[in-house]
Parts: sequence; structure tokens; C-alpha cells
Amino acid sequence: MIYIHIPFCKQACNYCDFHFATSKRYIEDLQKALLKEIRLRRDEIPDQISSIYFGGGTPSLLSDKQLSEILETIHSNFNVQPDAEITLEANPDDLNINYLKEIKNIGINRLSIGIQSFRERDLQFMNRAHSANEAANCTLLAADAGFKNMSVDLIYAIPGLSDEEWEQNIQIAAGLPINHLSCYALTVEEKTPLAKQIKTGVAAAPEEDRAVSQFKILQTCSSALGYTHYEISNLAKPGFEAQHNSSYWSGKEYLGIGPSAHSFSKNLRRVNIPNNQKYISSLRDGDCLHETEIIDKKTRFHELILTGFRTSQGVSLQEITQLSSEYLNYFKSRIENHPLRKFISIEDDHVKLSPEKWLLADGIASDFFY
Amino acid sequence: MKNIRNFCIIAHIDHGKSTLADRLLEYTNTITKRESQAQVLDDMDLERERGITIKSKAIKMEYNSPDGQKYILNLIDTPGHVDFSYEVSRSIAACEGALLIVDAAQGIQAQTISNLYLALEHDLEIIPIMNKMDLPGANPEEVSDQIVDMIGCRREDIIPASGKTGMGVNDILEAIVARVPAPKGDPDAPLQALIFDSVFNSFRGIYAYFRVMNGSIKKGDKVKFMSTGSTYFADEIGLLRLKPEARDEVKTGDVGYLISGIKEAREVKVGDTITHVDRPCAEQIKGFEDVKPMVFAGIFPVDTEDYEELRYSMEKLQLNDASLTFEPESSAALGFGFRCGFLGMLHMEIIQERLEREFGMTVITTVPNVSYHAYQTNGDDMVVNNPTDLPDPSKLDRIEEPFIRAQVITKSEYTGAIMTLCIQKRGILVNQNYLTTDRVELVFEMPMGEIVFDFYDKLKSISRGYASFDYHPIDYRESKLIKLDLMLNGEPVDALSSLIHRDNAYDFGKRICEKLKELIPKQQFEIAIQASIGAKVIARETVKAMRKDVTAKCYGGDISRKRKLLEKQKEGKKRMRQVGSVEVPQSAFMAVLKLD
Repeated sequence: MIYIHIPFCKQACNYCDFHFATSKRYIEDLQKALLKEIRLRRDEIPDQISSIYFGGGTPSLLSDKQLSEILETIHSNFNVQPDAEITLEANPDDLNINYLKEIKNIGINRLSIGIQSFRERDLQFMNRAHSANEAANCTLLAADAGFKNMSVDLIYAIPGLSDEEWEQNIQIAAGLPINHLSCYALTVEEKTPLAKQIKTGVAAAPEEDRAVSQFKILQTCSSALGYTHYEISNLAKPGFEAQHNSSYWSGKEYLGIGPSAHSFSKNLRRVNIPNNQKYISSLRDGDCLHETEIIDKKTRFHELILTGFRTSQGVSLQEITQLSSEYLNYFKSRIENHPLRKFISIEDDHVKLSPEKWLLADGIASDFFY
Repeated sequence: MKNIRNFCIIAHIDHGKSTLADRLLEYTNTITKRESQAQVLDDMDLERERGITIKSKAIKMEYNSPDGQKYILNLIDTPGHVDFSYEVSRSIAACEGALLIVDAAQGIQAQTISNLYLALEHDLEIIPIMNKMDLPGANPEEVSDQIVDMIGCRREDIIPASGKTGMGVNDILEAIVARVPAPKGDPDAPLQALIFDSVFNSFRGIYAYFRVMNGSIKKGDKVKFMSTGSTYFADEIGLLRLKPEARDEVKTGDVGYLISGIKEAREVKVGDTITHVDRPCAEQIKGFEDVKPMVFAGIFPVDTEDYEELRYSMEKLQLNDASLTFEPESSAALGFGFRCGFLGMLHMEIIQERLEREFGMTVITTVPNVSYHAYQTNGDDMVVNNPTDLPDPSKLDRIEEPFIRAQVITKSEYTGAIMTLCIQKRGILVNQNYLTTDRVELVFEMPMGEIVFDFYDKLKSISRGYASFDYHPIDYRESKLIKLDLMLNGEPVDALSSLIHRDNAYDFGKRICEKLKELIPKQQFEIAIQASIGAKVIARETVKAMRKDVTAKCYGGDISRKRKLLEKQKEGKKRMRQVGSVEVPQSAFMAVLKLD
């Protein structure tokens, strides 16, 4: 699978710590660089490509022609499955009917729409570019354009967002023609405008109590609405789990193209340089600047546990056995002695954490680190 | 012999003893100014930092007096803290005179008085010196009054001085020659020498520092240490200049060192008498005591795997600090470690710091306690140095605990607050004495167990630092002591058990539970903290379960960052101790010391 990072945004959301630029000056140069990187790395992933994902930044800032050019380059350098999931992250304000039809035409078959909230106040607080109305309307337009596979991003624990309002947001989303939800707790990351606003007292900090209660509301509501909570932040109607996201957790290899994009193949994790100009110039001169990290068995063991405990599928014991039987025995004995043993089950060769303790998933996962 | 002068210095911490000693060394050309690294006598890092002398040293000076004669001045340095009062008494016993140094701004402090009394008991000639005269806050009139009151001298006997500017140093040297008597003793009598200190050297073994009272010692002599009965050859003897200088003989009245291949400090007991095997002296020098530890605490390695390394470090420390005792201890909560005996609280802190600095060990020190006597109904009695060793209450007839006589000197405005504190600590006021119109000496008898907790800190804070404190053990008295246990989720934490007076148990139990609640971080489940006496729970606090320990954030393909965060979290947990399933931070084991 292939991830393409489009590092441009109209404006900066206050919480975002992903790599992006609000100046579109280098968009043409970047496009060239992306195409070159795709060609350069054509041999890194031998398997068939089951998913292509445009993330960002805001990929919907690219024109249909630019997107098409990238897809064509991928097709001519990789073996893409005919039924591959091809996702575009999009912001509501970019989605007019013509654009939607065009991108549908060139092969995009899934949209992940950054709605975040249906409440004007929240959107302003987070400095989103769209309005509450645009948020709801764009999914209807996309459905008209023929999209049958749509996901919506929502954010909870926004300061001022009450539990009732959050439940309404979920209900509104569920009433749209979509089949997937990504729900994130507002998280304050260092060096973001939000962190600064909180420090200077301009903004209130998200409250942990709200994050807890709203996560629980999400759990109850979503199952009532027919959604499966298959990962801490992801919910889907049966059969619509995002292939792309799931691959991150299940340990499939992936190729990340573009500045700051992450790749994983064999025992290497790679991250491209998170700077547009340096990315562009390094590719102009030869290869893209990047860092790699060797994932040894212990590190891989930790990865499997930390990603596995966050999913309904759980941690695959088979994959741990493949790493080493020592880790398997260690893992099993630690489970037996864990204070929350009764919330951890082993079924179908998978270790699963009961959803009622998902709010502790990271802490519990780290208890099993070697 | 008539030109030898042996003297020591009595001073409170920070009253300028070391600086003034440096001046004496400079003025007698024992060291040059260039050599004089600040405070020559304190050569452990720790000492210099804390401004105290932990172990005593001695140094010989040659002084050409204006009277045309050359004198040998042996300065015997003394430790300045109550924990080491026995060592002070032995240094004093090796001298004929003492310089009493009093800070011209601060006046006489409790420690000074108790050491002064020791010096007076040994009939030492006291030369009072008012130091730090250069300070703007100097108050010579009042401080002179205090000194005159204290030792009954004349005002003109007090030498005004300043270690910083060198003022009065010549007068001090002259006073030593003129006022301190020359040593007495019979050069032809059998050898009788007092060991007043020992120092460990990793190449040569132990240096025993001694003062010859009678007879003389020659290189190669076969000698005996009278209290231990061990015999040695005097491989090397000599005088204590800035560095040891070997000699063939050390005569009556002089101070020297002995090297005889001894590897462990405990073979050389301060206060012991050296004599010849062939022609022994009739009796030992009076005043010898086997120093006994007063304060006990467990020391455990933070990482249980470092137990053997800790043992090695403790053994090394004991080589040069014979007053440290330790024996293996095993705690359900902390694993394997050592129950250690210390001379006092400062000694305990010093050992802990030396373990960390000199041996790179990180250790958990448990709540200190004193040594109790437990009398059982079957007539047996036992010494209890660890609360967990206390016999079952049903078999216990009574417990006795050590009492001390505590002396506090303070400004009169703090008297009320200090009395309240001492009474809270079960002290009984036995004397109140105005030294001057606004300086009071308060004398209490109180259980020593009460001062090993947080007494010093409290005393300092309620008196804004204007109280000095000194104590001496007096006797053992029966007390209504009970063992207070602590449990985390029903699991007893042996390292947190303490013996406490029954009347204070409820209040204490409540406060320690509250403190532990602050110190134990939230975990994945609720934690009950309970204090109990026997099976009866007397206090309880709850640490609520952690509600959220997950990031529900979009992290794209960046799994490494997340993994590293969790690995760091895991490392943090490793530094804590596991009691049942509860992770307890190290700080919790010292919680009792930090109760408000």
C-alpha cells in the first residue's frame, strides 16, 4: 500500500502537528518531486498494492489533474490491484460537485472528510476553514457524485463541547450517507497554536473527564447505530473497515511518499524529511532526504503489542511466535499476572483487551513491554 | 617536650573553624598560601560542600615564637556534629588546650556548649576567640558577654580575630604557646598512646593517629592495642605534617601516625590504647567506649539486581568508617538490602550520599528508627532495631525506648514555638536558662525516636534557623509503643512499618495515609491505603483508578514515536517498587519523614 503526503493547507487548524505549509508556492515543484520519488522507489514493495491513500495536509487542495498524474505514475510503476481502496482526505470546503465527479472519474473511490464537528463554535475554535453547513452538505454531494465509501472525522473533548452536544454530533454523522467514522480526542501537542493558546490562557485545555465520558458515549452510541468500534479511534459499518488504517496496525508493509511520510518495509521504518523545500531540492539532486530506523525483534514485539491492544482484533500471538518463543512465553506469563487479567482475553490466537478498558490501552500495552 | 603544644578547636558549623585553621597553617609556614586550597583540613568533597568536618585529622606546625624559641603545635581537628561526639571526646583527651571559636555575629550555639563542657571536663585550657570580626553584623559586646558568662574568663582574654583577613592570628599563636600547658608524661615509662582517629588509605591500609601519653614508640616495635588485644608491628611511624612524614621514633607528648598493615577500620578503635607487647603499661587510658549505632534504617538498591554491588560498596565504606554497621535484611516490599546502624541522622545522610557519589549506587533508604528493648512475658528480652522484628503484642510485657537529653539554644522569641514542638514530640522540659536577655537555653528529656523523624527540619523552620540543637543519650524508659503497619490493597508494606507512641498512632496513621495518597500515582485500578494496629485499621485513604491512559489521536504511519513514548513510560514504572500489584515510587518509603 502507498501513502502520499500532500503538505499544504489553506489555514492551520490549531491542534495540528502534522507537517504542512499554508503557502502553496511550491505546489508545482512538489508535484514533480512526488512523481520522482514514486519512480525511484518502485522496487521497494514487491507485493500488489491494495490501497492508495492521499493524506495531509489537505490533499483536496490538489486539482483532479494533479491527483490523476500521481495515480497514473503509481499505476505505471506498481502492480495495483483492480479493486484497490483509493482514499482521498478532503476538507468540506473543497468538495464541490464538479470536483467530486472528476476525482471519482480518475479512480478515487473513498473519501475521508475532515468534518471534526457540526457546531460552528467548535470549528471556529479549532480554526477550521469550513462551516457547519458545508460539513453536512458535502457528504450529500459526494453521494450524488457516486461515492459509496465515505468516512468522516470527528473530534471530541473540545473545550466547551458538552456530552449532549457530542452525542448529537455522532447522531448527525450517522445520519449522513457514510459508513465509517474516525473519532479523535482533542490532544494538545507541543508547539501547536493550541498549546500556545492554552499556555497564554486564551483557550481552555481539554478536560480529561470529558475525554473519558465522551469516549464512553462514542462506544454506546456507535454500537446502537450499527457501527463496530474496531480501533480506539475508528468505527465502521460491517465490511467498511478502512483497509489502509488497518494495515498500519496489522504490520503490513507500506510506502510513504512525500515530505514527512513514513514507510515500513522488512525491518526498516523510514521517515522522509519534514520540510517541503528540502524535500523538493533533495529529489531534484537525487534521492529524497530521509531517516531510517532498524526495527529489531524487541521493537517489533513492542509495536505489535501497542497497536494490537488498541484494536478489537487484538494482538496476534502467531506474529509474536514468529518473532521468538521467548517473547511469547514472556507475554503469556505477564498476562497471567496482570492486575487487569480479567479484562484481557485470549481467543482465536489473539490477545484482546475488553473495550471497557480501552481507555487504558496504552498503559496496559506498555506493561507488557520487554 | 616542653615546647610541644597539643590543642583542638571547638566551634559551631560555619563559625569559621576551617578558615581560621588554614590561617594558622599559613602563618607557621606549614603550607604556603598557594597550597592552601580553601579549607585544607576538610579533604572529603562532601565535607567541603557541607562545611562540616566529618572525620578528625591532625596536623603538626612549627612555630618560631618572638621569644626566640621554636614550638611544635599539634592541631587536632574535631568533627563538628553531635553524631560524632564520642570522637570529639577522644580528640579532646589528646589535647591540653582548646581554641573556642565563636562567630562574632551569631554568638554561642548549642553544639559549641556541649563540646566546651567536654573540654572543661578534661581540664583543657580554653582560649576564647571571637571570629568573623570583619562582618558588618558582628556584635562583639554581646558575644563577649556570652563568652565571659560561659567560661568565666576575663574580657581581655578573648582574642578578636578574622580568618578571612588574618586579624588576630599572631595573637592566637602566641596565646597557644603562652597559655596551653606543655604535655606532661614520663618518657621512661612503658608506652601508653591514645588512638584518637584513624584514616583509611587504599594503598597503605589504616593510618592510626595517636598521641603518646607516656614512653615512646619506635619504628619496628611490636605493639598491642589494649581493648582489642591485637598485636602488630609498627611498620611505619611518623609525624603528621601536611602529608605524613616517616620518623624512627615518636616521643612522649607528641602526636603521630602508625601504619601496621591493618586493612579494616574496625580493628582500630578510637579511644584505644597502644602499648608495647614486651613492656606493657599498667592500664588503658580512661574513657574508651565501643561506639554503638543510635539510628537504624534499611538501605536497599533501587534495582534489585544491584544487591551484591551494594554489599561491596558498604564493605568498602566500612573499611574507613568503622561506626557504620550493617547486616542483610530482606523486605517483602523492597527485596534484599541491609539494615544499617548509624551514629545519628547526619551520619545516615552522609553514608547515603557517599554511596551515591563514591560508588554510583542509587538506593532507597527506609524510615529510620532507634534501637528498642522489648521485654517478653517469658522473661526474654531482645534488642529491636527494626520494627518488623517486634515480637507479637501478646508475648510482649513492655517496650523501652532510648531517651536523650536535648539542649536547644535559641532567641527568646521562639521559645514558645520550640516548647510546643518538643512537647508534641513527647519531650519533658527540665531546664530553661537565659544565657543573655534574648538567648535562651532549653533542656528537654525526650525519646530519641522522635528526633529521627522530622525534628531538625521543624526546629529550623519554626525558629527561622535561629535554634541550635544538641543531644546526648541518657537512658532507656518504658513507653507505650505500638507497631503501626501500612497496607496497600491489603498487602502489608513491611518497609513502612514504624513503632509509634500509642497516643500519636491515630493522628500519625491518618497523616501517613494522606501523604502516601499524594505520592502514589494513579494506577489502572483503585488502591486502598490503610494504616493498622494489629488487625485493626485506624486510617484509610484511596487512590482512585486512572481513568485514561491512551492517546486517541490520529498518528498516521508514525508508530515509532508512539512506541518510544510508551517505552519511556515503561522505564518510569521500572523505577518504582512493586507491592502486590501496586507500583510504589521510592519517595513513598521516606514519606514518614515529610509529614507536615
